This record gives sequence, C-alpha cells and structure tokens, in this order.
Amino acid sequence: MATTLSDRTAGPPPATPVRGYWAGVGRRLVRDKVAMTCAAILLLIVLAAIFAPYLGLADPYRGSIARRLRPMGFTTPQGFTHWLGTDEQGRDMLARLVHGGRLSLFIGILPVFNAFVIGSLLGIVAGYVGGRVNMAIMRTIDVFYAFPSVLLAIAISGALGAGILNSLVSLTIVFIPPIARVAESVTTSVRNLDFVDAARASGANALTIIRVHVLGNVLGPVFVYATSLISVSMILASGLSFLGLGTKPPEPEWGLILNTLRTAIYSQPLVAALPGAMIFTVSICFNLLSDGLRSAMDVKL
Amino acid sequence: MTTQPLLRVTALRKWFPVRGGLFGRVTANVQAVDGVSFDVAKGETLGIVGESGCGKSTTARLLIRLIDPDAGEVVFDGLGLGDGLTLADMRRQVQMVFQDSYASLNPRLTIADTIAFGPRVHGMDASAANAKAQDLLRKVGLAPELFAGRYPHELSGGQRQRVNIARALALDPRLVLLDEAVSALDKSIEAQVLNLLVDLKAELGLTYVFISHDLNVVRFMSDRVMVMYLGKVVEIGDVELLYAAPCHPYTAALLSAMPSTDPDRRTERAPLAGDPPNPINPPSGCRFRTRCPHAERVCEATEPALRPRDAGRRLVACHMAEPGSGHSRTGQAGGLA
Repeated sequence: MATTLSDRTAGPPPATPVRGYWAGVGRRLVRDKVAMTCAAILLLIVLAAIFAPYLGLADPYRGSIARRLRPMGFTTPQGFTHWLGTDEQGRDMLARLVHGGRLSLFIGILPVFNAFVIGSLLGIVAGYVGGRVNMAIMRTIDVFYAFPSVLLAIAISGALGAGILNSLVSLTIVFIPPIARVAESVTTSVRNLDFVDAARASGANALTIIRVHVLGNVLGPVFVYATSLISVSMILASGLSFLGLGTKPPEPEWGLILNTLRTAIYSQPLVAALPGAMIFTVSICFNLLSDGLRSAMDVKL
Repeated sequence: MTTQPLLRVTALRKWFPVRGGLFGRVTANVQAVDGVSFDVAKGETLGIVGESGCGKSTTARLLIRLIDPDAGEVVFDGLGLGDGLTLADMRRQVQMVFQDSYASLNPRLTIADTIAFGPRVHGMDASAANAKAQDLLRKVGLAPELFAGRYPHELSGGQRQRVNIARALALDPRLVLLDEAVSALDKSIEAQVLNLLVDLKAELGLTYVFISHDLNVVRFMSDRVMVMYLGKVVEIGDVELLYAAPCHPYTAALLSAMPSTDPDRRTERAPLAGDPPNPINPPSGCRFRTRCPHAERVCEATEPALRPRDAGRRLVACHMAEPGSGHSRTGQAGGLA
C-alpha cells in the first residue's frame, strides 16, 4: 500500500471552504501601496471632476482679457487668487482644469473601455474558434490597424462630423484593432495549453470553457494593455479638437487647453504645461494601477 | 475473449493535412494514425509503447475525442458514439491524464476548483462538487486541509500529477488514459505515483490505457502491451510473452535497447540505425522495412496485416510471422532476439 499524507486515524475533517479568486485579487491589490496611491490620486481627480460645479471655483468660461496669461498664484486687485494662473483669455486655470477633467476623463476612458469590451470579444472569439473565423475577423481588423491612429481618427471623425459623440465613436474604432490583436494572440496561446483540452475532455461546452478557463487568463494582459491606451486616447482627442473635429472651444478639455496654450509656452511655461501635467498624472496613475492589478491577478507573483 | 471488451477500436485513422502554396492548399498529409485496431478488456491495463512520433498521443486524443478521426470506429462497452452513446456519456466514462503536469492545470484556479469543474459541468452543485473534490484529494494522497485552496504553482510536480489524476477521476470514469503521465517526474516520485495508480485501479475497478516510452514502467503497469510504429500497430499481446519472446523485429529492437545492469548482457551496438522515416511519406508496404535487417521484396510490396499467434495471446503484423506470405524466414522466431 502506498504511503499517503492523509491521516487515517482521525475522522474526516470539515470541508475547507474554497476562497474566491477575485477576493484574493482584491486583497492583494489593497496591499499594494503604489497601486493604492495611484487609485487615491485618480479618485481625487475623478471626484473633483464630478463635483466641479459645487466646489466654489471661478467660472471656467468667463475670462478677462486684461488678466491673460498671469502666473500661478496671481492675485487680482479684487482679491481673487488664481492659484494656477490664467489662460490666454484670462480664464482661471484651476477652474478650467477641474472642469476640463470631466470631458478629458470621459474622452480618455470611455472609448478605451468600449474598445476593450468589443476588442476582447472579437479577439477571444477569433482566438478560441480559430480557422476561417479567425482569419475573417483578424484580417478585417488588420485593415484598420494599417492606418496610423491619428489619421484614422481624423478620417472617421471627418466622415461622421464634429462633436463629442462622433469623436468618441471614432476613437473607439481606432482602439479596437490593437486590443483585438492582443486578445487574439493571448487567447490562442492559452487555448493550446493542456488544461483547456482537459476541460474539453470533461465535456464542457465552449462558452463554459471560455468563461472559466480562458477569460481569467486572457483579460488580465489585455486590460493592462488597454489602460496604457488611455493617455493615447486623451492626446488623440486633443488632436481632433484642435482640428475642430471634437471638442470645440470654449469647452474646457485638457487636450484642447494644451493646444491653445502652445504659444504661451514662451511667456508662461508653467501655466502652459499644466494641462499636459494633468494628462501625464492621469496616465501614469492608470498605468501603475493596472500594473498592480495585473500583479494581483497573476497568482504566481 | 467471451466477455465484451470495454473498448474496441477498429481501423482508426487520422491524417493531418499539411498546407502550403498560395491559398493554403493541402500539399501532403502527416499520416499520424493509420488503421489502428485494438481491444481493451474490462479491468486490464493496456500499455502502448513506441518511439516519439509513432502516433501514441494522437491515438489517445482520438479515443477521448479531443480530435475527430478521419475514419474508423470506437465502440465503448458495445455502444458506438452516436449509436447509443452520446458524446457527453462518453466524456463521463473516458478520462485522460496528460503528461505536462503544470500546463494541464489552470493557473488561476485552486486545485479544488479544478477538480470540481468536471462534476459541475455535468450538473452537480457547487458544495457537492467541492466535497467530492476534497474526497478525491484524500484518495490520491493529498490532505484536503492543506491542499484544497492551493494554486498549481504552489505544488511540486508529483503533487500536480496527483491532482491531475484526481481530476480525471472526478467524473467516475471507467477508462482512464494515461498519456505519458509519469514521464516528467523523477524516479522516486514516479514510483509513488505508479503505486497510487495501481491502488486506485484496484479500489475503483478502473481500466487503464497506459502510454509511455519507458519500457520498464510499461512492464510494471500493464497486462497487455501494444507496440506502435509510424502510426501502425506492429505487435500487441501479453506483456510477459512480448518481453520474453518478442516476435516483431521492431519490438525485439526496442527491448534490446533497454539498458541493462547485467554485465553479461551489455548492449554494445545500437540495434536500430537512424530515425523513423517521415510520416508524411511513409515507406510502401511494411513501414518498418527501411530499418529492418530482414526486409525483403515482399515487405516492400505488401503491407503485413495484424494476425494472431501463440494461441491468440498476441497479434503481430510481420511477414515473417505469417506462413505463406512469401518471406524467406516465415516460420522462424522473428527479430533480433
């Protein structure tokens, strides 16, 4: 009789509860200091953006030409302090940036999120099914992928017309191909592993296998990649606004402000760089947060 | 054999197309499994041996229907697939343990979840499946209190293979295919896992198909052995009979290649030269003739059929074993032994 580790003298122990995988992910993420710091910063920015009208800031649309391009901390004779200076039309930068956060976050996150959902779906289906379906989906996507993203965004926006909704659609379409490619390649590699064969041998149907075995192993890398596209999305949106295809002035939007303050870089470099700093901060925080999420999801680390 | 075999495989064939050219046309076929037939009796262990590329793993995957065969019939306990036996039924009765213990476990699931997956797919509720998983862990020698919540990367190779065995048993199968299940383990662990397999077989009344390239392990585990070469069965019979007196020259060569610790029986010369021919373009007639020291004209012209010998205790596919085949050495004991 082979020696085993089980204790044959004691009675059967109570069944060990199996902890959920996502509960484990949450716990590991909360312990990650860098990720939590970034999450806190993002939360602050998001909350400020959501509650912008109630924060007692100056009117972001009203400016005074006499007060254009003032440096940070400038106090008007009336006693109002522009903590972050004023823009080229004399509007308070702090108010512009906080209000601009609403549009910028919206235009940065939503297209990427939509593209993540649609691109993952396409990529996972193409990767799992393989064969002709894979070729049909991926070659179609390659057609879009062949265009440089700025050009594609401008072309689609131009075709659809100006406006925020159209630029959202255009940006979503721009981001679907790269996400779908990553999803397809990860799915293909996961699909060839033995545990997927073992799941098929257990009699599970394709949907169950995808849900239980494939998704958990695929969505992590795809999600990390997708969050790196958020900053790209914000910059592309600013390009579209600059060309009159997206946000129109006087709407505050970080990319648009960045573009209109370009010439002010010589007179007020700090003020002119502020929107860029906001985009930078948000991108870094998203990237580090998604890195933390990826580490938390990766049970080996 | 008067009792019905648990598994009867008839003329199983699988050719993999090789695509080339501009439009991916099929230019050739890899003849991975070509007309394989055998029986597995209830409660026995059939060993399958052969070199790499002979079609052992493809045969296993065909049996468990991970790949669909091009031709041939697989009859499980008298019922054919689609003819009294649904795919779901067959999946419950035939399970497989894979070679790579790490790649066969989902790294994101705890091992209890992995084992419980099969039963849950077939309708068992979560708590019952979990309890069954814990019970199986205990059966394979892993204490559930310690191991149920662990992830695959937290286990050693031998422990992972035990988990794979538990997973294969989760659906209460009658036939378990072991595709090189112990090949990746070190010797001491291998011995433990083999003993576990023997115990489980006795305890649960299982039937095994044990695929391996290690002849000693096959001899230990099997009742009958099937020798494959380049997608064909060359010999199949009682293990002791085959090992003591191999009939087919390939079997004899394989056995004489086993390292021996007996100083009087040294292997000084490699019994077979070269590598097996390409399965895309196999030799005509008998596929072994390019490496067989006794190959003659008839071997090139006609493919030998699998014929019984020794009062039905074995089947051999060789012209030398077949009286009236035209081979000059018919009637003599075959091979290099």
